[in-house]
Amino acid sequence: MQVNMTVNGQEVSEEIEPRHLLVHFIRDQLGLTGTHWGCDTSNCGTCVVLIDGEPVKSCSTLAAMAGGHQITTVEGLEVDGELDPVQEGFMNCHGLQCGFCTPGMMLTARALLNKNPDPSEAVIREAISGQICRCTGYSTIVRSIHWAANKETKVSLGSAS
Amino acid sequence: MTTTEPAPNPAEEAAEEERPIGFGRLLRKEDPRLIRGMGNFVDDIQLKGMLHLAILRSPMAHARIVSIDVSAAQAHPKVVAVITGADLAEQGLAWMPTLSNDTQAVLATDKVRFQHQEVAFVVAEDRYSARDALELIDVEYELLSPVINVRKALDPDAPIIRDDLEGKTDNHIFDWETGDEAATEAVFLNAEVVVSEEIIYPRVHPAPMETCGCVADVERVSGQLTLWCTSQAPHAHRTVYALVAGLPEHKIRVIAPDIGGGFGNKVPIYPGYVCAIVASLVIGKPVKWMEDRTENLVSTGFARDYVMKAQIAATKEGKILAVRSEVLADHGAFNGVAAPVKYPAGFFGVFTGSYDLQAAHAKMTAVYTNKAPGGVAYACSFRITEAVYMVERIVDCLAHELKMDPAELRLKNLIKPEQFPYTTKTGWVYDSGNYEPAMRMAMDMAGYEELRREQAEKRERGELMGIGVSFFTEAVGAGPRKDMDILGLGMADGCELRIHPTGKAVVRLSVKTQGQGHETTFAQIVAEEIGIPPEDIEVVQGDTDNTPFGLGTYGSRSTPVSGAAAALVTRKVRDKAQIIASGMLEVSVADLEWTKGSFAVKGDPSKSVTIQDIAMRAHGAGDLPEGLEGGLEAQICYNPENLTYPFGAYICVVDIDPGTAVVTVRRFIAVDDCGTQINPMIIEGQVHGGLADGIGMAMMQMIAFDEDGNCLAGSLMDYLIPTALETPDWETGHTVTPSPHHPFGAKGIGESATVGSPPAVVNAIVDALKPYGIRHADMPLTPSRVWETMQGNHTPPI
Ligand code: FES
Ligand code: FES
Repeated sequence: MQVNMTVNGQEVSEEIEPRHLLVHFIRDQLGLTGTHWGCDTSNCGTCVVLIDGEPVKSCSTLAAMAGGHQITTVEGLEVDGELDPVQEGFMNCHGLQCGFCTPGMMLTARALLNKNPDPSEAVIREAISGQICRCTGYSTIVRSIHWAANKETKVSLGSAS
Repeated sequence: MTTTEPAPNPAEEAAEEERPIGFGRLLRKEDPRLIRGMGNFVDDIQLKGMLHLAILRSPMAHARIVSIDVSAAQAHPKVVAVITGADLAEQGLAWMPTLSNDTQAVLATDKVRFQHQEVAFVVAEDRYSARDALELIDVEYELLSPVINVRKALDPDAPIIRDDLEGKTDNHIFDWETGDEAATEAVFLNAEVVVSEEIIYPRVHPAPMETCGCVADVERVSGQLTLWCTSQAPHAHRTVYALVAGLPEHKIRVIAPDIGGGFGNKVPIYPGYVCAIVASLVIGKPVKWMEDRTENLVSTGFARDYVMKAQIAATKEGKILAVRSEVLADHGAFNGVAAPVKYPAGFFGVFTGSYDLQAAHAKMTAVYTNKAPGGVAYACSFRITEAVYMVERIVDCLAHELKMDPAELRLKNLIKPEQFPYTTKTGWVYDSGNYEPAMRMAMDMAGYEELRREQAEKRERGELMGIGVSFFTEAVGAGPRKDMDILGLGMADGCELRIHPTGKAVVRLSVKTQGQGHETTFAQIVAEEIGIPPEDIEVVQGDTDNTPFGLGTYGSRSTPVSGAAAALVTRKVRDKAQIIASGMLEVSVADLEWTKGSFAVKGDPSKSVTIQDIAMRAHGAGDLPEGLEGGLEAQICYNPENLTYPFGAYICVVDIDPGTAVVTVRRFIAVDDCGTQINPMIIEGQVHGGLADGIGMAMMQMIAFDEDGNCLAGSLMDYLIPTALETPDWETGHTVTPSPHHPFGAKGIGESATVGSPPAVVNAIVDALKPYGIRHADMPLTPSRVWETMQGNHTPPI
C-alpha cells in the first residue's frame, strides 16, 4: 500500500506492506537510522519519535497509521545547522554514554519542554519513565533536560526584553 | 597519598565548557554525532544485496531432536536458504569452542539443552520474511527431563546434559578452591563468634539497549570476510573465528562500530555470528543477523547464578578474623564463561573484601543445567560482584549478631594505609588504598549519625527506614600475561601513536568503547603526555585491520591496561621528539626541559620548540640528529605488572511502606577512588550507571525459570529494569589514591558501582526490616518478596 507523511518537514510517499512497523519504515526504508529499536514489548523507548508533536513509540505504531501525520525524528532536531537546546543539554551534562537511548530521550524531552518550559525534577522523571537507559542512571539525563529548559527560558526572556 | 574532595556541583560546572589539554572535565568527542542520530550501530548498516537471517529456537529446555522438516520454509518465495545443525555438521561447523575451552552448539544436532537454543536458521530477502519462514519449519522433539534446580544437578539420578562430551557421566564442570582450608578451619574453631548464611546472587542479564547482532560479508573471490559486529573484543573474536572456521586470520576483518552498551554481554561469540558468517560464505552475499530482545535475554551471556554459603569468624569486640565460603555455580548448558583460563571462578578470590584477615578459604563447584550458557557478564569484573556481595552481606550479618553499627564494624576492620601493598589471604596483592577517608567521607556526605537518629525516631513510630553500608575493593585491569590469558591469548594490549607533520595525531587502540567514552579519554591521555590538544587527536578503535592486537574492553580493563599503553607509547614518541628537539636547539638531550607541549633549553626558556614544530621537522627536509629515522610514531604492547584495585564506600537510604512493602530508595551516596582521574565527568557517569544497576539487581531484575526450564524473563515486561522513577539523584564524591604501578596512577572505574551498590541496597532493606528480626533476605527484593519476608516467609529465589 501507499503511505504519505511528512518526516522532518519533508513529504514522503512510499510503498509499504500494511504490517510494517513505523520504526522499520523510518530506519530501513527512509534510512533515518537515528531512531533505534530495543525491545519487542513497547518498554524501552529507544524508538520514540514525535507524531504531531507527541512522543510515540514507533515500534508500536504501524507505518500506515502515521499516514497524513507530521513525524519528527532525531535527525529533525537540528534546524539549519542549529542544535536544539535539548541536544546541547545532553552534550553539556553528559546525558548520554552509548547514545542508543538518546534520540528517544531527547524527543520526549523536546515534547515535554514544548508543553512545560520549566519542569521540576519529578516531572522530568515522570516524562522519561517509559524509556530505559542502561548507561547513565538517569541523573545526567534529568540535568540535561534542565539545562535545555534553563537555556530556553533565558533565550525567551532575552527576546522579550 | 590520598586526596579527598566532594564531587563538584555538575550543574554549575556544565555551564562553562573547559578545554583541558590533558586530564580534566572535557565534553565528549563522540557526542556530536550521537546527539544528531548519526551514530553507526550494527543494525544501521545497509549493504547492497544484503540478506536477513533469523534463528529458529527450541521451545523446550531439554529434548532430543527427532526430525526437522524445512521444506515449507524453503518454498517461501523470499527465502534464500534454510540451514540446520545437520547441514553445519557436514562442514564440521555445528560446534564451536567457548571462551572457557568448552564447546557450544552453533545449531543443535543431537538434542537441545536449553530453552531457546539455536536449532536452524533462515536467510531471506527481508527481515519480516525471514521471521515468517521460521514459522514454516517443523521440528519434532522427544522431551527429556531437564535439570533446572542447581542443587539437584549433581544428584546421582540427574539426567546427563552433556552426553556429547565423551565419557561424561554427570553434570559436573569443575571444582576450584583458594586460600588455606586448614588455617581457616583453625581460626573458626577458636573464634568467639561465627556467623553463617546462605547468600544467593540470582541469575541476571546485562540487557544493553542495543541487542547483539552482526553483518557478515564474505567476498567470493578473495575470500575476505568483513564482520561488523557488536563486539567488545574485536581482536579476540577475529582470532577465535580463525581457529573455529579455519579462515586465515589475515582474511578476517572484524569491525565493531558504535555499540549500544555492552556490560559484558558483547564479549562472547554467539551462534548467530557464526551462522551469519556461514550464510554469507555459502550464499555469497552480505547477511545481517540482529537478535530481538527476547533472544537477547534468553540466550546470550547472563551473569551470576551463585549460591554461596558464607561464614565469618570474629571476636566479641568485632575484630573480623576469617571468612570462608562454599559456592555452587550454575553455568548453564555450555561452559561459556569468559574468564582468564587459570581463573575458572573469575576473580572470586577477592571475597576477603577490604578487611585485614587472619585466614580465608573458598571452594566452588560449577555445574551444567538446562539453561542458557554464560555467567561472567554484566559489569561483574570477573565475579567480583558475587564476591563483594557475599562479604558485604556477611559482614552485615555479623554486625547484626554483635549488635554493632555496620559502619563502625567496617571501620574497625579496614586494611590500614600503611599495610599497602597488601597481600590477601588468597594471594591477591592490593596495589594501593586508603580506605578510612573514603568511608568517613561517605558518612559525612550522608549525615550518617543524623540518619541513624531519624531511623530510631521512625522505628518508634512503626515506620520502616533502612540505612545500608558497603565498602568494596575491586580488582581490575586483567592482566599480567604471566598468569592471565583467554583461550591462550595473553591479556596485554597494544597501542600505536602517530604524530602527523602538522602536529595532529592519531592513536590506535586495541580496546573498544561501548559508551565509556574512549574517543575522549584516550585523546586526553595522549594530550596529557605530549601536550597536543585532545581535539587534534583522532582515536581509532574497533577495527582489527586498523588497530594493534589486544583483548578488548571488559572487566574495567581499558584504562588500567590500554590506558597505560597509550601513556607509554606517547612517552616513547616524546623521547624521540626530545632527540629531534636537541638537534633543533643545538643542545644535548639532557639540557632540555619538558613542559606540556614543548621542549625548552634548561635555564633559557626563550629557546624552545613546540611538539608541532618537532613533528614538522621529523617529517621535513632538514637534518635530523645522527642516526635518527624520520617520522614521529611508535607502537607498544603493554603487559600490566599487576591489576589495579579501585575501592569505594557506599551508603543507601531506603524507606519501606509497611502496608505494601514497596521500597523507595531515598538517597544513594557513593564515594569512589579510582586513582588518578582522567575525566571526572565521565567517571561520574560510569558510577551513576552502575548504581542504577545495583538498584535493578537488588530490587527488580532476575532471570527466573519454571521447573520445566521455561525462561520467565524473556521480555522487558518480565525482566524489570530501573527507570528514572526507581532511581534517586545520585550523590557522589571521590578520593584519589593513585596506583603505584600504572604509568599515571589510574585504576579502572567502569564496574565499581555495579560491584559495590547491590550490597548497599540489600543491607539497607534488611536494616529497614530489623524490627521484624530479619538478618538476611535474598535479591531481588521486589515488593512481594519483601512482603513475604515481613510475614516470616522468606524463600530463596532459587
Ligand atoms: S523498541 Fe522498545 S519501546 Fe519501541
Ligand atoms: S546512553 Fe546507553 S542506553 Fe542510554
